[in-house]
Amino acid sequence: MLTAITFVPMIGAALALAVRGSTRTTRLIALTTVLAELGLTISMYVIFNAQGDTYQFVQRAPWVSAFGIEFLMGVDGLSAPLVLLNGILGLAAVLVSWRVETRVREYFMWLLLLQGAVMGVFASLDMILFFIFWELELIPMFFLISIWGTGRKDYSAMKFLLFTFLGSAFMFAAILALYFSFPAGERTFDMTALIHKDLTNLIVPSSLVFSGFLVAFAVKLPIVPLHTWLPDAHTDAPTAVSVMLAGVLLKMGGYGLLRINAGMFPDELAAAAPLLAMLAVVNVLYGAFIVMRQTDLKRLVAYSSVSHMGFVVLGLASVGAGAAQLDGTGLNGAAMQLFTHGTITGLLFVVVGLVYDRAHTRHIADMGGLSGRMPLIAIGFMVAGLASLGLPTTSGFAAEIMVFLGTFPAYGLATALCAFGVVLAAGYILWTAQRTMFGPPLDRWAHLEDATRVDVAAMGVLIVPIFVFGVYPALLTDVFDAGIAPIIASFAEGASLVAGRGG
Amino acid sequence: MGITGRDLFLIAPELALTVAATVVVLSGLVSRQRQLTLGLALLGLAATFAFGIALWDDVHANGAQSAFNHSLVVDKFALYIKFLVAGTTALVLIAGSEYAERFRPYESEFTGLVLFSASGLMLLAAAADLITIYVSLELATLPVVALAAFVRMRVAPIEAGVKYLLLSAVSSAFLLYGFAFLYGASGTMQVVAGDSGAPTIAQVLAADTAAVPFGGLAVMAGAVLATAGFGFKLSMVPFQMWTPDVYEGAPTPVGAFLATASKAAAFAVVLRLFYEALGGSSADWSTLFAALAAITMTIGNLVAIVQSNVKRLLGYSAIAHAGYMLIGVAAVTAHGQETPDAAGISSVLFYLGGYAAMTLAAFFAVLVLTQRSGDERIEAMAGMGRRAPLAALALAVALLGLTGIPPTVGFMGKLFLFNAAVNSGLVWLAVVGAVNSVVSAYYYVGIIRTMYLRQPTGDTTPVATAFSGRLALVVTLAAVLVLGLWPGGLLEVARTAASGLVS
Repeated sequence: MLTAITFVPMIGAALALAVRGSTRTTRLIALTTVLAELGLTISMYVIFNAQGDTYQFVQRAPWVSAFGIEFLMGVDGLSAPLVLLNGILGLAAVLVSWRVETRVREYFMWLLLLQGAVMGVFASLDMILFFIFWELELIPMFFLISIWGTGRKDYSAMKFLLFTFLGSAFMFAAILALYFSFPAGERTFDMTALIHKDLTNLIVPSSLVFSGFLVAFAVKLPIVPLHTWLPDAHTDAPTAVSVMLAGVLLKMGGYGLLRINAGMFPDELAAAAPLLAMLAVVNVLYGAFIVMRQTDLKRLVAYSSVSHMGFVVLGLASVGAGAAQLDGTGLNGAAMQLFTHGTITGLLFVVVGLVYDRAHTRHIADMGGLSGRMPLIAIGFMVAGLASLGLPTTSGFAAEIMVFLGTFPAYGLATALCAFGVVLAAGYILWTAQRTMFGPPLDRWAHLEDATRVDVAAMGVLIVPIFVFGVYPALLTDVFDAGIAPIIASFAEGASLVAGRGG
Repeated sequence: MGITGRDLFLIAPELALTVAATVVVLSGLVSRQRQLTLGLALLGLAATFAFGIALWDDVHANGAQSAFNHSLVVDKFALYIKFLVAGTTALVLIAGSEYAERFRPYESEFTGLVLFSASGLMLLAAAADLITIYVSLELATLPVVALAAFVRMRVAPIEAGVKYLLLSAVSSAFLLYGFAFLYGASGTMQVVAGDSGAPTIAQVLAADTAAVPFGGLAVMAGAVLATAGFGFKLSMVPFQMWTPDVYEGAPTPVGAFLATASKAAAFAVVLRLFYEALGGSSADWSTLFAALAAITMTIGNLVAIVQSNVKRLLGYSAIAHAGYMLIGVAAVTAHGQETPDAAGISSVLFYLGGYAAMTLAAFFAVLVLTQRSGDERIEAMAGMGRRAPLAALALAVALLGLTGIPPTVGFMGKLFLFNAAVNSGLVWLAVVGAVNSVVSAYYYVGIIRTMYLRQPTGDTTPVATAFSGRLALVVTLAAVLVLGLWPGGLLEVARTAASGLVS
């Protein structure tokens, strides 16, 4: 099943490139692919049993047996929702690309390849396979930004590539160090086995291995000060790519932090928790203050992503409370934030893209009173905006409240400061809405058309999960709980080990 | 001791090549048909392959054999390199057959010289004593001097030829001086043990270091001087100066031959000399090679960034890749072990194979892209994605492979090299290598960007490619991808070949 989920987009990509039909044919191929993909991911999510085995849909085949590299796929409670998220965003990305006219076949090929590569990241349980998909995603992104982007697209694409590649260089070394820390018979790249091993006595200090992974994922999430590629990439990328970038690519970073840094190195993470709490505060507040200063609508949303990803870091810092008090609320909130931010910011970028397509500007000062001209788009913007500032009944609220509840016992001050970020978010979202959507209608925008049916579909695909998981978050949290529980257990184990040694 | 039929069988691959070379040169007196020259050469190479396979079976059944009074050894290690040299030679001749037209009326001499050099390289891989190493090296080098200067009436090739001649002479002097020290210290020329019971350098050094004149000092001096001598052939810093000049000035097929076949044999002899003759000696050459690896790849990559000529850039990239492969040479012993380990050797052997595929693909693509215009500037590659789709694709995939991005053989090769480094406790070297890959991404991806994203400036007509050129491109391109997805087979062969050197 997961193999199908990973490779259906890749087959679709090959078809999109190979079939030399009209633009319409290519679009339909892409649409069929992402619809099939969404169907597969939804059925996977429905079949997934939160009370069942830790890892489900496991597929295992030898690949490079000399080094114990396996083709090992499977999902647990942590990755299953993210696979679903990628399915949802893939559909939105294709719908929002409906107006792409240049080099259409290549465009959809890269877009589908991107979706497939990200699926591979979430579905891989073998370190090397995980790393391969992690790297594979770079190539489509590079081409998508540098061919179909705007502005300083060459610069942004290269910056994105080099930042991510530099991060993954450290991850690569960390993976190998992990592998060779065991005697010949016990070496493995299998994450499900590594998570149960004692990783405190490695070939190099385990804090170094931990840092290698941390750097790679911090670039991707991003954590300040490794975030500078993000505003550039977002601003210059085409709409669909911004959607994918904010929606799932950043989530790869958060996923890695939870899966590897939290799952395999509980002691190291607990030791790093104060630092993470501090970085979270910087991320949230720095991001939010920078947002205030933005004049470009897309850059504004990009920095709001930086700010919101701070909550994920804060949720991770909740482990600083010590094993006794740790109930997983913070980590669960962080995972939840990954999912909800994916849909919400995805929607924000969709709306910004729709506005830009019509007005041909992203300059906030030029806008005003757009809601009268394009009410449907304005509705989309308000839904995304309100969810983004954490309004109850939207999924944004559920995620943030869980992060705050989970981390407050550990770092009260940091949590309070981050909560202030929510206030700032309310400020900049409402202020932006007022400056762009409301106010007196401007004559020069009188010709603008509202969303087409395709555009409404693109927004609808993202609005539905925002409300569904907002009103009934248990649909998500139960699954995430199943994924977080083993991580929490490993913290408890570590603590009892320490206690045992102490006694 | 006379020459037996057995001896002739053991060097049948080289004999076949020498005969083919002679026949090719003689045939030039009768006919100047391009197809005839190529056909005869390929026939000789096919015979080489056939004999090679027969020998592989023989060695598999009866173990390593020595020939000509123990001056040559035929083991799987030597055969692996012979296959590699013969394969790359065949591809170079196929791809270069159209290019060779411009050497008229000396095309058959050109082909003959390539074959003579190849036979020298194959003997080098099998050389079992210091004298044979030296003689084979000269046999391999001297034809290349003529080849590098083959285009008369132009300054750059003549300069390349003279430079190669002078620096080869200097490096030979270093090498002989180093060999003299080794002989002085051990009193024997024998690198590999024959069945006569004559002592090898390793045995003498292991038996009685106290009796060695000047103790370990002479061995150290010999090792360092031999390293310097081989350093020229490997394009290792600080002996890399000639590489960019010769690659840029020499005819493109000669550059391809130098970068792949010549380098493979040079690495083979370095591995054999250091692992077999000095494997047990007290001289710590692992640290020496680790430092040289780090310096070589860093300098190669940094200087490559500022290059504007694509062949010159490939020259610097060859230096960088020599650095990566030196990692495998430096990874002598497994972490915490005393005896040498085959992991480093096998990773170098695998990388030589993959590197040959990637580098040939890159050189052949450059050959096609510059054939008509003769313009080797990187800017001249603009728009080639449309003008020459196959060559541009091959170059793009080859460059991604050289960067180390999956799913190419370059990624797998680096994985195995860094694996070997971490295995022997050189985690820092793996990190340096990984960070170097990031640096290299900048200039490799820069070429891809130029090919696909820049508009051609002058000529916009499609670039015609001969069938032979297309064939060579498709074969190398397929090798880069297939070996990247299914590296297991080649890796197994490389491991078998490597195991003979340390047992």
